[in-house]
Amino acid sequence: MTHSASPAQALHNVHRLLGHPSDLKGHLDAHGPLNVALGRNGSWQQGLMSSLEDSRLTGRGGGAFPASIKLELAQSAGGGGTVVVNAMEGEPASDKDTLLLTRTPHLVLDGAQYLAALCRAVRIVVCIPIGRDSVAAAVNQAMRERSRNNHAPVREEMVRPPGRFIAGEESALANWMQSARSLPVLRPDKGAPLRIGRRPALVHNAETLAHIALIARHGAGPFRARGMTEEPGTSLVTISGDVTYPGVVEVDRGTPLWDIAIRSQPAEPVQALLVGGYGGTWIGPEHFGTPYASIPLRTIGAAAGAGVIVVLGETSCGLAESARIARYLADENAGQCGPCVNGLPAIADGMAQLARGEGRYDDITRLQRRLSEVNGRGACRHPDGAVSLVRSALAVFAGDLDAHGRGQPCPHWRKLTSLRFPYPIRL
Amino acid sequence: MNSTYLWYATRASGIVALVLLTLTMVLGLVTTSRPRARNWPGFAQQELHRRISILAVVFLAVHVVTSILDTYVHIGWFAIAVPFASPYSRFWVGLGAIALDLMVAVFVSSLLRSHLKPGTWRAIHWLAYASWPIALIHTFGLGTDSREHWVIALGAICVLSVGLSLAWRIRATAKQRATVPAVTSHVVPLNRHATTARTRAGRYDA
Amino acid sequence: MSGLRITIDPVACEAYGYCAELLPEAISLDEWGYPIVDGRPLHPELVALAKRAARDCPKRAITLREKTSG
Repeated sequence: MTHSASPAQALHNVHRLLGHPSDLKGHLDAHGPLNVALGRNGSWQQGLMSSLEDSRLTGRGGGAFPASIKLELAQSAGGGGTVVVNAMEGEPASDKDTLLLTRTPHLVLDGAQYLAALCRAVRIVVCIPIGRDSVAAAVNQAMRERSRNNHAPVREEMVRPPGRFIAGEESALANWMQSARSLPVLRPDKGAPLRIGRRPALVHNAETLAHIALIARHGAGPFRARGMTEEPGTSLVTISGDVTYPGVVEVDRGTPLWDIAIRSQPAEPVQALLVGGYGGTWIGPEHFGTPYASIPLRTIGAAAGAGVIVVLGETSCGLAESARIARYLADENAGQCGPCVNGLPAIADGMAQLARGEGRYDDITRLQRRLSEVNGRGACRHPDGAVSLVRSALAVFAGDLDAHGRGQPCPHWRKLTSLRFPYPIRL
Repeated sequence: MNSTYLWYATRASGIVALVLLTLTMVLGLVTTSRPRARNWPGFAQQELHRRISILAVVFLAVHVVTSILDTYVHIGWFAIAVPFASPYSRFWVGLGAIALDLMVAVFVSSLLRSHLKPGTWRAIHWLAYASWPIALIHTFGLGTDSREHWVIALGAICVLSVGLSLAWRIRATAKQRATVPAVTSHVVPLNRHATTARTRAGRYDA
Repeated sequence: MSGLRITIDPVACEAYGYCAELLPEAISLDEWGYPIVDGRPLHPELVALAKRAARDCPKRAITLREKTSG
């Protein structure tokens, strides 16, 4: 990387996303100029590509796909495309992207500019859902600052897709941009890049772009200095649930789950953690020491997902909360695929029955069968997430399952939910 | 060829073609996606619909060719395809020409189905809904046999069959739409058509 | 064994069920009428039937793919 570190930059040679200045001037003082070499400056491009590869950065939106490979695929699709900043954050339990775009929009937008230069894109589109007007205002202000100061070599725009869970799915976002319909598209060939019309589209989560901006400025070194050797860097995690101080924290990859959860100070003894999001996996106490990284999480059947940890305290009913999530996920299906449209509501009904203590052995068996049948049979991963959530709930809360299945639900299944939903969910 | 035999052939093949077309319509109408009756051989019915339509087109061809070859009245090749160009019974033959044009379109589009966009094929296929009543009116309008009791009875049966099939289809489609699980109301629809934004208040008050 | 596999486009499929009629050995229907395929390669004797099912699906939801791996 051919750039010189200013004295101010030396203070910021530790990779972190949070705590940087919000305004453009402060941002430039902290990190130096954008220095995007447009056009075919081969050595600059090579340098940035190898930094990204060295960093082993993976997507922070749930897909966890290596950023450098995704970039290569997009590059091979040709120029004239779009870099899409996915700030939809449809996951109700997640706040990190909103936080980033409100506090440090310039990091995210710079990341998009670097990618645009590398894949010869002609525009950058920031997707903020309808209903998040304060975020939109912050991004708007940042974009105006940038264009006034000639800090946006590639044109930056903002669009407002519907604020629904599935609308943030990559292919649904690209689809919405060309047809006004937030419906996921079947992608049999994962390697083929997304397209908007005939032009390629590179869609990235806002946090991933912020990491890219820092790696581009300071090289892969600071990023690799944090986290694990096999999986370097940091992640933003939103902690919610039965905690005293819910919020977003930045953690090194590989931090044990429990060490992340206690930063929000659980309000009572913890019976389980939900990792990844509402389409993620419940983890029981025996696995609380698992490092927060792809491979360790995969061995216990989980994934980092959207950077979410929900803490479930002792006085909450795991089955009831899972039933609420199942109902939410069922309500948020795209209405396209039979197994999902029919299967998820049926699964939600089954979970609600269990939560209320009305389910019996046959109902549990039927629920298990439906879970196996629905898994993997949609055009996108939405039903898979619901299946993962419910399956892990049945495993982790097996003790409760026994009692509920005998008509003796926990006394607190009716308790006001500790989970966040964009609209009321009734059991 | 003897004009009388040709004339009989025209009338007979016309009526047979009408009956076969009616049967084709019925077989095509009495289907839905997500069938309730598990034991019904839907694929066999679709295949039957296809084959009977081919048979209908064969009889239609005989009907058209014999009507031209018959020199007793002059119709001419041109009037077969172009409506209202026949000097003989201009209006009723013209209707027949329209019905023929529509049916040819349906037939050819089905042959080329794999090369057409699904929406295009579907739109053209719906022309069948227009061609059948026009064929029926052409039959009774031309009047050669239309005062015979058995022909009137046949016509009534055709109309009744298609009418009942259409009613069945409309009702079955509506019932089926009602079985798709609804979701609680949302303010923001996923798409312009807002299928997932329908409000079914209370449905999930479990 | 031929490497031809049946794939169903879940967005296009509307549960007509003709495919399961033709090919019960490889396609079964779930409780809502939608097809379940196991993704295994087709037996050579079934390939002709599978091609017919793909051609005659009212929604063109079936494709046959020669999958190499993964």
